[in-house]
Amino acid sequence: MEEINKGSKLDVKPGANPGDKPEKLISVENVVKGFDGRVILDGVSVDVFAGETLAIMGKSGTGKSVLLKLIARLLEPDSGKVLFRGKDIAEMNEKALSQVRKQMGFLFQGAALFDSMTVGENLEVFLMKHADLKPDERVEKIQNALSMVGLDDVIDKMPSELSGGMKKRAGLARSIVLEPELILYDEPTTGLDPVTASSIAELIISLQKKLGVASIVVTHDLPTAFVITDRAIVLNEGKKIYDGDIEEMQKSEDPFLKSYFAASALDRDHRDAFLKELEQQHEPANAA
Amino acid sequence: MAQNTAESKPSEEEGAATKADPNVKPDKAPVRQRMLGPFVTLGGFAQFGGRFLARVWVPPYEFKEIVRQLNEIGFRSLGLVSVVAVVIGAVLTMQTRPTMAKFGAEGFVPAMVAISVMRELAPVVISIIVGGRVGAGIGAELGSMRASEQIDAMEVAALDPFKLLVVTRVLACIIALPLLTIFADFLALFGSYLVGKIESGVTFTLFKNSVLSSITFADYLPGVIKTAFFGFIIGVVGCYEGFNSSGGTEGVGKSATDAVVSCSLLIIVSDALFVKISLLFGS
Repeated sequence: MEEINKGSKLDVKPGANPGDKPEKLISVENVVKGFDGRVILDGVSVDVFAGETLAIMGKSGTGKSVLLKLIARLLEPDSGKVLFRGKDIAEMNEKALSQVRKQMGFLFQGAALFDSMTVGENLEVFLMKHADLKPDERVEKIQNALSMVGLDDVIDKMPSELSGGMKKRAGLARSIVLEPELILYDEPTTGLDPVTASSIAELIISLQKKLGVASIVVTHDLPTAFVITDRAIVLNEGKKIYDGDIEEMQKSEDPFLKSYFAASALDRDHRDAFLKELEQQHEPANAA
Repeated sequence: MAQNTAESKPSEEEGAATKADPNVKPDKAPVRQRMLGPFVTLGGFAQFGGRFLARVWVPPYEFKEIVRQLNEIGFRSLGLVSVVAVVIGAVLTMQTRPTMAKFGAEGFVPAMVAISVMRELAPVVISIIVGGRVGAGIGAELGSMRASEQIDAMEVAALDPFKLLVVTRVLACIIALPLLTIFADFLALFGSYLVGKIESGVTFTLFKNSVLSSITFADYLPGVIKTAFFGFIIGVVGCYEGFNSSGGTEGVGKSATDAVVSCSLLIIVSDALFVKISLLFGS
């Protein structure tokens, strides 16, 4: 069932007129992707506009991370197109792709910091590749990025010395050090305690407000999705089943979406009903 | 396929809720894959090696990383190579001396050991030993970088992981293996001399003269040259297995094991070809 709501609210980049139509940054057009004879994404289309935050939701194994990697051209689609500012990224040469990637930040699920480098070097390597800066200018940029994510004194630490939440923050600092226009987040709060997860969610909002970047956030975490964005898409069995306002999604009559929300609710009644059902199943056996 | 790397497949969980493609017959595909597997892997090695040869000349040259890898692959193998080399020389002398003595040819033992070690034993044994250590190390290191998405992160940063991770390691193997073999040649002869000295009181001068009068450049050079090729094999195989690792931590272990097995097999098989070629040129 396709329930599309195009009326989502968009944040317009700082400096733009409120009436301006936001620029289409990413267009995923009818993308199909499979592995070893299995179709993961089956004709998915989605647009992402400048300055907006989009959540990609759905069960495990429905191709959310694959969609993110297709956008970054870490994978290539079997059919369909991924366009960045209207240009097909599959047809770009190495130089053009490098320019596109300069405008993209990617926060990987495990942060993916380079083990053999300090936190500072992890950021510096991006700057050395893409920005023509003097060493002291690089250090200043690195310190700015780290303090923006609340990590002021880890510049000389190795990734192995950081906690899970600190690694995510350092990964996020690395994603923003080049001041990209789009940040891709792959499950940014997975594996973190609720307090740290909440602080990461706040960080995503503040980066969007401060830098005006567009964000695509893959998440299972409904509270995080509600905090960071207005618009969400939901994938199920390789297809997009919802694209629209995240609050409207709660009112959907789609059976999958209803079960998705029900399973995510902190509902003691649901637990009690389940326990009662279990007891009823055991009763005949005990009576026998 | 992505420009700089093999495509990273989704995790087991990511692929769990997918639909089977009706065009693929599920019962025949695994059998076909198993039968074609070794050929696909060999083709992969060849393609990876070809890509290395095409990219090694293109800047940037990453000298800092090459030096770091030379230290990791070469310098840190010195201890292992030293022990193995001395033992090879000593054992070969202990095994051959009684037989040679029966024919009154005990004086030829240093020459025989020198030729055996330089032509065949040091290049092949040292390459297999270093291949085990380095191939597994590279396979596991790159495999865990793949599993933790560090290679993807490099791609996103347009850092060219093939150039930074593969070219530097293969180049370091190509440089380190001949140097380690030359080092091993001398230590094996030293081991042989020690046994000769202890068991039959051979003097250093006699041993040295016997060795130098029996070996020529043709004994020495092919052995050293082929270790550069063995280094190429170790680097390419280790990097290929690690770079194409999948299946998380289990995949990392498999990459390391496959790297060692493939390195050992390819070194032994290609050695037979080298011997034949060097004999053709020598005759």
